[in-house]
Amino acid sequence: MPIRKVMKANEAAAWAAKLAKPKVIAAFPITPSTLVPEKISEFVANGELDAEFIKVESEHSAISACVGAAAAGVRTFTATASQGLALMHEILFIAAGMRLPIVMAIGNRALSAPINIWNDWQDTISQRDTGWIQFYAENNQEALDLILIAYKVAEDERVLLPAMVGFDAFILTHTVEPVEIPDQEVVDEFLGEYEPKHAYLDPARPITQGTLAFPAHYMEARYKVWEAMERAKEVIDEAFAEFEKRFGRKYQKIEEYRTDDAEMIFVTMGSLAGTLKEWVDKKREEGYKVGAAKITVYRPFPVEEIKALAKKTKVLAFIEKNITIGLYGAVFTDASATLINEKEKPLMLDFIAGLGGRDVTFEQLDEAFSITRRALEEGKVEKPINWIGLRKEIL
Amino acid sequence: MAVRKPPVTTREYWAPGHAACAGCGCATALRLATKAFSEAMEEKYGDPNAFAIAQATGCMEVVSAVFPYTSWKAPWIHVAFENAAAVASGIEAAWKKLGRKGKILAIAGDGGTADIGMQALSGMLERWHNVVYLMYDNEAYMNTGIQRSSSTPYGAWTTTSPPGKLSIGEDKPKKWVALIAAAHQIPYVATASIANPFDFIKKMKKAAKVDGPAFVQVHCTCPTGWRTPLEKGIEIARLAIETGIWPLFEIENGDFHNIKIQPPGGGAKVHREGGRVVRIEFKKPIEEYLKLQGRFKHLFKSPEAIDQLREQIKAMWKVLGVEAILPKPEE
Repeated sequence: MPIRKVMKANEAAAWAAKLAKPKVIAAFPITPSTLVPEKISEFVANGELDAEFIKVESEHSAISACVGAAAAGVRTFTATASQGLALMHEILFIAAGMRLPIVMAIGNRALSAPINIWNDWQDTISQRDTGWIQFYAENNQEALDLILIAYKVAEDERVLLPAMVGFDAFILTHTVEPVEIPDQEVVDEFLGEYEPKHAYLDPARPITQGTLAFPAHYMEARYKVWEAMERAKEVIDEAFAEFEKRFGRKYQKIEEYRTDDAEMIFVTMGSLAGTLKEWVDKKREEGYKVGAAKITVYRPFPVEEIKALAKKTKVLAFIEKNITIGLYGAVFTDASATLINEKEKPLMLDFIAGLGGRDVTFEQLDEAFSITRRALEEGKVEKPINWIGLRKEIL
Repeated sequence: MAVRKPPVTTREYWAPGHAACAGCGCATALRLATKAFSEAMEEKYGDPNAFAIAQATGCMEVVSAVFPYTSWKAPWIHVAFENAAAVASGIEAAWKKLGRKGKILAIAGDGGTADIGMQALSGMLERWHNVVYLMYDNEAYMNTGIQRSSSTPYGAWTTTSPPGKLSIGEDKPKKWVALIAAAHQIPYVATASIANPFDFIKKMKKAAKVDGPAFVQVHCTCPTGWRTPLEKGIEIARLAIETGIWPLFEIENGDFHNIKIQPPGGGAKVHREGGRVVRIEFKKPIEEYLKLQGRFKHLFKSPEAIDQLREQIKAMWKVLGVEAILPKPEE
């Protein structure tokens, strides 16, 4: 029988790793995800998880050791955030290019400067082009579940790409919630043993991994990574369906909330989705036809689901905790590209919010709402990007 | 008729057909190193193939793994420039869990070791992974041309340490990574040379057989980067030993009081006290080594720079506990 425990998302991630039975874990402590390797260390120290835990000297070596272990043919796990993820950047491309199904937990945190340990998504958003699958969790249960799903997808032979699961710094990493821990046997059935057919360092069958490719071959290798990410869309749906069947919890690439008759749909990711749904309820009570949508899978980008969402509404408004300096927020930009060739498309607005751990309040959402409502009434968008909740007095 | 056993196995792990330059000293080093490793694995585990290689980006990586070809007859992986030691750590951990007997060989050049890979190397050694780290030292970044590394010797020309009106070439003494590795008090550290293959093989085997981490720094000539004739590699490497430029030593368990010095040959007189080498009188001046290489050509216009190099070499020997007498050439 599954047990329920009250725990932080960091602990939930560690529990997920324990359930997935990786053989090698390599990690370097960084706030706010430090508790993930701490908890895993405990599992290993108590003999509850039969794995090698490599206490590396940096995040760069953490991911490098995971690449080495995954290339040797075992399931691996690591966790990091922010600067640590940025330090891994180079190796993230390599892990994907070498098609190694590493899974990594991220306590989504802002990047320096100024140094800031609190939540936004800039760390993982900055890695969106590395070839890693990206999931974003709304709550601690999702942090656990999505890590298991991440392994299922990453190790699928149609995919073979690494995957990261983000959960918001402090809002989730350090907040306790009831979390259901699935039965080990059911997880074992769901994931199975990892048996690599393409990556192993076995003296009985010597192969060369990580070669140099001249222009004659490089582009095809990159195409194969892109193609695998395209295929991941279908595999993720299958994994979600199987997960629901076995564990009873339903996941979708985009989860919609009260969108059926909505004139305005607000789209977000991560823990902000919880706030947004509650705010939508309030707006509905006030008589506005407002809906919410949560992106659970950001890479591969849920193109079809965004198109379906766009057909339902007059305005799509994105609320995102990241900024692509020089343009708009990344989620808005991606969604805009998704809809570019659609005949009918809604007005689209982007709201940058909550950077560096600033609370996103109902007042801020109301601020976004009034801008969105004006666009709806006027039938046009004056300014696609709006920063909400800025303290103008200190600008 | 009795057939003599070859001095080292005829098995090959570094296959012909790699794209290294003619006369490449590093290619020789890798061939010998893998042969020695294989012998050690056979003697220790009964399986000559019980090893895998993690290699850093560098000239030897680029010439040996051009898709769709490979020169490697052993399981081999390249990930990036700075992380051979970390990748090897991961492989070693995975092998432990897979119950696979054997040892991991990490290979990197001086750039990938003395500079960008230093942190990962230190971490790997400190964590006591069962890995042999082989640094092939051709004393510059030869993969990207010929740029100075922290292992480039004083006075050497490289494209980023050019001699000029205000410069005599590389202006810093060579960084001795073997001594840094030894400071981790790991079971085994050695320097070696392609000019002394049996010593190199012996040391690689010893490194491969210890339980825990080991570090071997092998001096490899580079005709392209050093501006030397293709056929002179071994001769030049030998002169490095005989003039005192390249010391051959072993340090076990970080015991700096018991550094084992190999006699340099070349007529040098080795003085011992209680079995320990305390003084070496080299007979051949360092100029004999320098003059064969285009990278040092400009130094002969600045004898004081050569003297400066001589002083640095003496200082390095002093760290090894040896008083080095380095002659000047006869006028």
